[in-house]
Amino acid sequence: MKKTHIFGLVVIAIAVAVIATTAGDASSFVSFNEAQKIASSSDSNKIHVVGTLKKNASGEVVGVQKSPDNLSFKFVMIDENNFEQEVFHPKPIPTDFVRSEQVVVVGGYQDGSFIAEKILLKCPSKYQEDQLNV
Amino acid sequence: MHYFIGNLGHIFMILAFVSSLIASIGFFLESRSPKDKWNRFNTIQFYIHSVSILGVLVALFVIINKHYFEYHYAWNYSSKYLPIYYQISSFWNGQEGSFLLWMFWNVILGLVLLHTNKSWKAPVMTVMSVTQLFLTSMVLGIVLFDVKIGSSPFLLLRDVISDAIFKVNPDFVPEDGRGLNPLLQNYWMVIHPPTLFLGFASTVVPFAFCISGVVTGKYKEWIRPALPWAQFSAAILGVGILMGAYWAYETLNFGGYWNWDPVENAIYVPWLTLVAGMHTMIAYKKSENALKASVILIVVTFILILYSTFLTRSGVLGETSVHSFTDLGLSGQLLIYLFVFTLVAFFFIAKSWKKMPSTEEEASMYSREFWIFMGATVLGLMAFHVIAITSFPVYNDVAGLFGFDLNLAPPTDPVESYSKVQIWLAIALAGLSGTGQFFWWKKMDGKQLWKEMQGPVIISMILAIVVFLVTGVDKISYLMLLSFSIYSIVSNAKILWSLRKSSLKLTGGSITHIGVAMMLIGILFSSGYSKIISQNYTGRIWNKELPEDINLNNLLIFLNEPRQMGPYTLTYKGILKKTADGEFLNALDVIPTQHPLKYQVIGTMDTVLIENPENSYFEVLYQKNNGDEFTLYPRIQKNEQFGMMSSPGITRTLKADLYTHITLAPDNLEEREWSETKEVSVPMGETFFVNDYVARFVKMERLTDAAEFDLGPEDVAVKAIIEVEGETKTYIAEPIYLIRNRMAGKIPFLINDLASQLTIQSINPEKNSFTFGIQTTQKDWIILEAVEKPLINLLWTGTLLLVIGFAVAVYRRYDEFAKMRDKKME
Repeated sequence: MKKTHIFGLVVIAIAVAVIATTAGDASSFVSFNEAQKIASSSDSNKIHVVGTLKKNASGEVVGVQKSPDNLSFKFVMIDENNFEQEVFHPKPIPTDFVRSEQVVVVGGYQDGSFIAEKILLKCPSKYQEDQLNV
Repeated sequence: MHYFIGNLGHIFMILAFVSSLIASIGFFLESRSPKDKWNRFNTIQFYIHSVSILGVLVALFVIINKHYFEYHYAWNYSSKYLPIYYQISSFWNGQEGSFLLWMFWNVILGLVLLHTNKSWKAPVMTVMSVTQLFLTSMVLGIVLFDVKIGSSPFLLLRDVISDAIFKVNPDFVPEDGRGLNPLLQNYWMVIHPPTLFLGFASTVVPFAFCISGVVTGKYKEWIRPALPWAQFSAAILGVGILMGAYWAYETLNFGGYWNWDPVENAIYVPWLTLVAGMHTMIAYKKSENALKASVILIVVTFILILYSTFLTRSGVLGETSVHSFTDLGLSGQLLIYLFVFTLVAFFFIAKSWKKMPSTEEEASMYSREFWIFMGATVLGLMAFHVIAITSFPVYNDVAGLFGFDLNLAPPTDPVESYSKVQIWLAIALAGLSGTGQFFWWKKMDGKQLWKEMQGPVIISMILAIVVFLVTGVDKISYLMLLSFSIYSIVSNAKILWSLRKSSLKLTGGSITHIGVAMMLIGILFSSGYSKIISQNYTGRIWNKELPEDINLNNLLIFLNEPRQMGPYTLTYKGILKKTADGEFLNALDVIPTQHPLKYQVIGTMDTVLIENPENSYFEVLYQKNNGDEFTLYPRIQKNEQFGMMSSPGITRTLKADLYTHITLAPDNLEEREWSETKEVSVPMGETFFVNDYVARFVKMERLTDAAEFDLGPEDVAVKAIIEVEGETKTYIAEPIYLIRNRMAGKIPFLINDLASQLTIQSINPEKNSFTFGIQTTQKDWIILEAVEKPLINLLWTGTLLLVIGFAVAVYRRYDEFAKMRDKKME
C-alpha cells in the first residue's frame, strides 16, 4: 500500500468522524407528540416543530395572548398531525406573526408546557401579497 | 406614469443578454481559430454588452432615485425620504438588483481580462461571456413558451400586485414606497454587498483560466495567470465575509459576529476551498501532483459559489435560516445552471484527466508540497463538514423527491455544534501554517528543520504558558489552539524578519499567516471567554415572565438611579433621538411635525431632521471608582418587520470590548398608566411625601405674565414651588392653578425621574394651605446586558494583516505573470 492510499484513508476516516460527531447534534422536524416523547426520554429536548397558527372559520388567527407587559406571549399552534399545542415564547410578538403562513418553533417541553426559544416565520412571499395598504 | 425609463431598461437588459450570447459564440470560435477579424468583432461585442449592463443599472437607479413608485422595485425597496446612500442600498436589496451587482462586477473583471491577456483572452472570455449569459437570463423577465425566464426589476407595480385599486384606476401610483427596512439602513448595507459580490464574481476568473487550460490542453500554463486572481478573489471574499461578521457584531446584535447561519456558511465554504486551491497552485511549481488538486479545488469553488446562490435564493433554506431571500420562482433556473456548469466542467476534466501531467513520486515529509497538501486537506475537511451539515434542507427535498420523509433539522445550537469540530481543524491549520513556511526557502532535512523550528517552538511555548497563567485558559482544545496560534505567529514572524531586507515582495505568505493566527486567538478569547458582567446580585427576579437566564444575567436600571455593576456605576439618563447631524436630543424634547422625518424642538420654532425616528438611543453613563467615565448609547429599533431590534453600545479598549445592549425597555412611555390621584393638604413651608420622596412646599408665586395664560382682568394664576429630594438630586416642581372666566384650570407638573406628577387641586386661603394631587406611575426603566469580549480586536487587526498579506502576494504573482506575458511566454 502506498503512502498516498494510507493518507486517503485517514482523510476519509476523519471526514466520517467529523460528520458522525455533528450528526448527533442534528435535530429533526417532529410533531408535538414526538416532542413530548423525546422530552421524557432524553436530556436534550430541543427540537424543531413545524405547524400553523390556529385560525377560526373566517381565517382570523385565534388564541394569541400577550402578557400584560407585552414582554411575552402564548399562542396555539397546530402541527402536521393536527395536534393543538399552546406554545409560550418569552419575547414580544414579532410583528408579521399573525400573517405567517407557517411557523417553525425551536424549543422543547418544560414541565408539560412547550417553550419556544426561537420562532422562524415563513411569510407569504411578496408575489402573493395583494394589498397595498394605502 | 413613466413607461419610458422602464422600457429602456428592459431593452438594455435584452441587449445585454443577446450581446453576451453573441460574445460567447464569438470568443469560442476565436479560441478555436484566432483571427484578427474575430478579435475586433468580439471585443466590440463585449463592449456593447458592458454598455448595456451599465444602461440597466442607470435605468434602475433612476427609477429608485426619482421615486417612480409605479415600479414594483422602487415601491418595494425605497421610499420618498430615503437619503441617496440608502437609495444605493435599495438597489441591491432585492434579488434582481443583487444579480445586477454581480453582473456589474463580472463586466468590470471581463474588461480587465480583455486588456491584460493575449493568448488566454479568447478562451477565458468565452467562460466569462457564458457566465454573463446565465446571469443576465436571471433578470431577463421574458416568457417563452409559457416558461418564465428570469425576473425583471422593471416590472410595474400593477403587474405584480393585484390590488383592487388597479381595476378602478390602472394608472394609480402610490404616494410613497414601503421603504428600505430600517435594520438595513446602515453604512454596512452600502459597502458590504458590493464587496461580497466582487468576491463572488471574481471566483469565476481562476475558474475561467482553469477550464480554458483544461480544454485547450495548456494543463500547466493556466496556473500562472490564474494565481493572482485566485489570491485577489480569496482576499476580497474574506474581507466580505468579515465585514458581514463585523456588521452582525456591531449593529445587528445577533449575539456575536458569527452564528453558523446557513447563509453565512454558504459563503464560508467556497472561501475555504478557494484558499486551499490557491495553496495547491503555489505548490504546483515544485510538484506536479498539486496540479490535479488545483484543478479540482478551483472548479469546486466556483460550483460552490453557484450552489450557495442556489441555497440562499431558492427558498430551500426557508425553514432553517433567518435571513435568506424569498423565492422568486427561479429555483429551477438556478438548478439548471448549477448542473450545467458542474457537468460541463467535470466532463472536460474527466476527458483530460489522463493527459494532465502528474508524477508517481510521493511527496516527502520534508518537502513543502507535503505541508501545503496537509493544509489544503484540512481546509477541505473544514469545508466538507460545514457544507454537509448546512445542506440538510437539500437532503430533505431530495429525499422528498423519492418519497422519503427525512425531516432532518439543523442542530438546535449551531454555534456549539459547528465549533467543536472546526476548532480541532483550526488547531491543525495553525500548526501547519507555522511549520510549512520553513520549507519555503530552502531544502530541508529532519535536522535542519528542527534547527529552524527550535527557536519558535521554545518561544511560543513560553508565551503560551505565560498567557495560560494570566488568563487561565481551561479547556484542552482552547489551550492547544492558543499554543499553536502563538507558534504560527512566532515562526512566521521569524521568516518575516529574515525576509525584511532582501525580498519584501515575498512576505505575503508570512504576513497573511500571522493575520490568520491573530484572528484565531481573537476568536478564541472573545467567543470562548466572553464574560457577562451584568450579573444580577440583588436576589430579586426582574420579571417572572422573563426566562431565567435573562433574570440572572441582566440588570434592571431605573432612570437616573445609579446602580453598581462590577467595577462600574451605571446611570440610565434617558431616551435620545439622533439627528441627521449626529447630535443627540432627548426624545421628550421633540415632537413630530407634518413631515415624517422632521421634528420640532419643544419650546422653540426650530425643526431638526431625524432620518431614523424608529431608533431610540438609551444613554447609559458608566463611571469607575477612579473617576474614569464614558457614555454608551445602545439602541432599540422599532422595526415593523422584525419587532424590537436591539443594537449594542460598544466601548473598546486594548484588552476587551465592553458590549452593552438593551434586553428590554418599556414599550411606550406615552401610554403608561397613572395611579389614582392622592390628595394632601399642605401648609406653606411644611414637608410631605411624593412617591415616597420627601417634598417641601416652599412658596407660592402669583403669575403676572398675562400673555402666556391668556389672562383677563378678573383672572388669577398662581404657581406653587415644591422641592422634592430625589436619590441623587433635588427636583423643583411647579404646578400651576389658574382661574379664567370663573373657571378653575390646573396645569400639572411632571417629574419624570421620580415618576410623579403634581397638581394643585385647590387653594385653601382660610388654612393658608394648598391641596396637592399626587399621581405616580411606573418609573422609566431599562433591562440591559453587558458582556466583556476579551481580545476581540485581535480578530479585526488580524483581518487587516490578512488583507495586507494578500495584497503583497497578488502584487508579486501578477508581476510574475505580466513579465512572462511580455516575453510572450504566457
